[in-house]
Amino acid sequence: MRKYIIKRLLLSVLILVLVTFLIYGLMRLLPTSYIEAIARQKSQQPGSRSYEEWMELLTVSYGFDKGIVEGYLRWAKEAIRLNFGDSWFYTVPVTEKFHSVIWTSFTMSAISMFFEIIIAIPLGIIAATHQYQRADNIISVIAIAGISLPTFFFASLLKLVFSVKLGWFDLYGMIGRNYEQLSTFGKFLDKAHHMVLPIVTLVVISIGSLMRYTRTNMLEVLNADYIRTARAKGLDEHKVIYHHAFRNTLIPLVTIIGGSLPGLFSGAQITETLYGIQGIGLTSFNAMVAGDIPFSMFYLTFMAVLTLLGNLIADVLYAVVDPRVRIS
Amino acid sequence: MEDEKKVLEEENNNSKTQYSLNDDRRVKVLSPGRLVAKRFFRNRIAVIGMVILLFMFAFSFLGGVLSPYNEDQFFYRTDELRKAYATVTENVQYRYNELSPEFNAVIQAQALNANNQGKDSFTYRGVTYTITQDGENLFSVYLDGNKIGYAYQDIVNTLDGSTPSVEYQYAVLAAYCNNLTSFEFEGVTYEVDEVGMIMVNGETVGSVGKYIVSASSVDVNLTQNFKEKLLVAIENGQDQFVFTDESGLTAEYDLTFDPSKNSWSVLQYTSTTVFDTYSAPSKEHWFGTDGKGMDMLTRLMYGGRVSLVIGFIVEIISTVLGVIMGGISGYFGGWVDNLIMRIVDVFYCVPSMPLIIILGAAMDHMHVESQLRMLYLMLILGFLGWPGMARMIRGLILSLREQEFMTATEATGLSVNRRIFKHLVPNVIPQLIVSMTMGLGGTIITEATLSFLGLGVKFPFASWGNIINDVNNTFVLTHYWFIWIPAGVLLLLTVLAFNLVGDGLRDAFDPKMKR
Repeated sequence: MRKYIIKRLLLSVLILVLVTFLIYGLMRLLPTSYIEAIARQKSQQPGSRSYEEWMELLTVSYGFDKGIVEGYLRWAKEAIRLNFGDSWFYTVPVTEKFHSVIWTSFTMSAISMFFEIIIAIPLGIIAATHQYQRADNIISVIAIAGISLPTFFFASLLKLVFSVKLGWFDLYGMIGRNYEQLSTFGKFLDKAHHMVLPIVTLVVISIGSLMRYTRTNMLEVLNADYIRTARAKGLDEHKVIYHHAFRNTLIPLVTIIGGSLPGLFSGAQITETLYGIQGIGLTSFNAMVAGDIPFSMFYLTFMAVLTLLGNLIADVLYAVVDPRVRIS
Repeated sequence: MEDEKKVLEEENNNSKTQYSLNDDRRVKVLSPGRLVAKRFFRNRIAVIGMVILLFMFAFSFLGGVLSPYNEDQFFYRTDELRKAYATVTENVQYRYNELSPEFNAVIQAQALNANNQGKDSFTYRGVTYTITQDGENLFSVYLDGNKIGYAYQDIVNTLDGSTPSVEYQYAVLAAYCNNLTSFEFEGVTYEVDEVGMIMVNGETVGSVGKYIVSASSVDVNLTQNFKEKLLVAIENGQDQFVFTDESGLTAEYDLTFDPSKNSWSVLQYTSTTVFDTYSAPSKEHWFGTDGKGMDMLTRLMYGGRVSLVIGFIVEIISTVLGVIMGGISGYFGGWVDNLIMRIVDVFYCVPSMPLIIILGAAMDHMHVESQLRMLYLMLILGFLGWPGMARMIRGLILSLREQEFMTATEATGLSVNRRIFKHLVPNVIPQLIVSMTMGLGGTIITEATLSFLGLGVKFPFASWGNIINDVNNTFVLTHYWFIWIPAGVLLLLTVLAFNLVGDGLRDAFDPKMKR
């Protein structure tokens, strides 16, 4: 087991190196005029460094004066020490900006994941146990509708109904107008209030796939021989489903949920942008649109790490949770 | 059609003639394709999806042809606008004309002061000046019997706008302020009427009065006739007046008095042609017009075309790449498989959405042309989509390779070509079709999201995503539902239909599925 994990880890590191090299290469391939134009634009802001200084900074941190491999090595050397340079757009060190926004995204994603799990799994089970009946059809259509909903459209609809027509929530932002006058608890409530619509959006958008996944796996388990045995020996249906079948469905579920845990840190770009939630999604979106190369490099690397971590966790969990899987 | 007839005939025969129990003709034989179709059409939800898709294709591809408007046709409407036309200021302050340099600003002030107090002389620094009241709001200042200047309130204008000489002005003023109807200057007889028009032999050469009329914009040339009528209207205290110029154009004007500036503003009603933006649904525009004054329904049709075409092309690119890579990897195995799968791993880790956003921003910055941009978008999306497809194909081929029928093809000595294309590929195709159908929905959402963010399809091309983009303007979100809700509903329905059909196809292709 340990050997397997170590092997996977080493492979992941190799892949990460290749991915970051690819990303670095792509950034280098961006036309020089684009980078120069951004540097020039930056230098025209009041109190900014001069154009030469910006270009020098870039050259130093990205090795533009060197070959692509040498430049990458220089960048990687700094990146290993978690030094990703200063953000052009936010004018603070990239990691500092990252620290200040990541927990908002994490909280939001974690809460919506919690709701997603407690809603999707029971519904998935109901759909599977009532296959091709009305309940299954309704749940399946809802699941597919959830998958098909474009985030931005759904979020706009929610805003129109709940913010504009009913006036229950603010249209935009994380805190209310009188946030500073509130007590600590009031501040907490205010923030929670502003999180409602984004979380509803996230839950509705992401609920479908987990629901379908649960249904498919539950159906597979329900067709298994041991379920037939359980029924044959006269157990009541409730016990068959929740004791025998559900436990076995948990194997793929735990694997996929474990694998999506790192994703909690990746932020929800569209949702955050639409609701003005200052999380990593909105922060990185603004940075990327503004051509903030240090931040973009960092964000792409961070996302790659999260994906790798997710795969790794899923694979390891699969081996750990399922007693039938033995790694040789 | 032929097949269907045959089946019908068979069915009829079945009911009429009795076959023995083990007769083959008792069993209705359907080809695998027809079996799939039968199972698919039995699935009501999938059929609904199919119908929606057919509608969308008709809407997008036929709609554009049937619509009376073009994709980039603008519409206009005329708006009644009150535009500032001229201003009339009443002069209530004395102005000065000097005849000799002694009449400087200090003396002017002293003279005014003395005049206000009703004195007819004043002394400044030991020099005595005398004042004569030459008429209403007109007085002259003398030094040692010589006239050094005069002060006046009524302003003398010439027809051509040039500044008249100081002497001429005085002659006019002397006549006007004393209500004389004519005066003589340098041998010419001028006539002055009650509104201050100066005429020579019945021809207007200028005007005099305390009102200053000036045009509000440079392109407006105020005629003397207009000024006259306007002044009459102001004197009468009207707040509206109608004027017909020489060419017969009649316009209505509003007069508003501003006491703080002691002036009247003259506002002209003009009809201006503007883009017909955000107009509500009507008979001409069933879904209204958008923020640029284009017909919404037509934009939606062309937008659907763009969304669907992009979806298909992206899906074809990534499928072709994925099938080639996954096929090679799965069929040959060994180090080739290992190498390709590591490449897939690497590409799988590249975060596609952020990458496209960065590239989109770069393209924005460099003003890449809309059409070229669309091409790049398709290439990028297609290229980033292949790793998932390759993984699926590889897994499929790996499992198929181990199955008995493949061993059988090998045992019967079929050629490699025949084994791959006759036996392996047909077994991959169902899965391929299912994942392409489902993938299409995803691709359309991705494209729409990018266009929504303003980084995908750009004006002048329409896409459902960039139509909804207008919602970023809060006023549109709250007031013009018809701008963004139809596009969103179409987008949702299309993606939903692709997913439903994909689901139905998967169930239909799976022979183990029981219903």
